[in-house]
Amino acid sequence: MPITLETLHSELNLKLLTPESDLSREVTAGYCCDLLSWALAHGGTGGVAWVTVQTHMNVVAVATLLDMACVILPDNIDPEPDALQKANDESIAIFKAEQNAYALCGQMWAMGIGQANRS
Amino acid sequence: MSHEALHESYVVQAHNFASAGEVSASIKRLLRHIGIDFGVIRRVSIAAYEVELNLVIHSRGGRIDLEIIPPIEIGGETGWLHLTSTDVGPGIRDVDLAMQEGWSTATDDVRDLGFGAGMGLPNMRRNADSFEITSEYGVGTTIKMGFKIQ
Ligand SMILES: Nc1ncnc2c1ncn2[C@@H]1O[C@H](COP(=O)(O)OP(=O)(O)OP(=O)(O)O)[C@@H](O)[C@H]1O
Ligand SMILES: [Mg+2]
Repeated sequence: MPITLETLHSELNLKLLTPESDLSREVTAGYCCDLLSWALAHGGTGGVAWVTVQTHMNVVAVATLLDMACVILPDNIDPEPDALQKANDESIAIFKAEQNAYALCGQMWAMGIGQANRS
Repeated sequence: MSHEALHESYVVQAHNFASAGEVSASIKRLLRHIGIDFGVIRRVSIAAYEVELNLVIHSRGGRIDLEIIPPIEIGGETGWLHLTSTDVGPGIRDVDLAMQEGWSTATDDVRDLGFGAGMGLPNMRRNADSFEITSEYGVGTTIKMGFKIQ
């Protein structure tokens, strides 16, 4: 059974901030980093779930450029309103979580989601 | 797939974070529309984003030119997509240093936003098939990148 955004949503107890997102998209890898150019170099390809504490528009820009599956904000932080707007426009799913980045990545790894292939 | 010749020019304002990323997003959309290979689009988009953000963060403003030269024009099997960034200063004091991974003059303010890893120029060089940077301190910087297209 492929892991989808819907699976992440329920198993990690995430809150979906972009209600129009298509949750049937497959999640093939995970990634965690708060430096944008670093993420562009190492974020990998495919349906990546990206954990980051950055909350502004350029997170959506990077996620869109890499065709990522979703962005997950840890520690219950909220994205900036214009970032959320852009995420809706670009069809990038954004979730927030109570857990911190470490716990989120640990849980995803335990679900069998590995690291992204280098581009 | 063979492509038509094309030349587009985009203005990038300094320090305008509200629209940062829009030029590279437009370039990506355009390339999708004309049916450029997916892998090439990805590399061009990443390079365009890095060069655009450098104009926003480090320059006094500039422009990005996108040019497609179809194979037929150069009489070969491969055409080229050129991405050229030119700005009006301030230029880079030591280009060799700037090209090193991890080297950055980004201020604390922009580092807080996740910029300043010092990975932008190395990312451009890695993603492009040809890369050329010239800079004169006090004058400006020009970056020319080429990508092979079929
Ligand atoms: N157009 C430009 N004008 C002036 N200086 C520039 C320009 N582009 C790059 N630089 C200089 O080169 C340095 C390295 O650029 P690079 O893109 O590799 O890293 P960065 O922008 O500092 O961080 P990152 O791209 O990882 O967010 C910059 O910190 C800056 O000093
Ligand atoms: Mg940069």
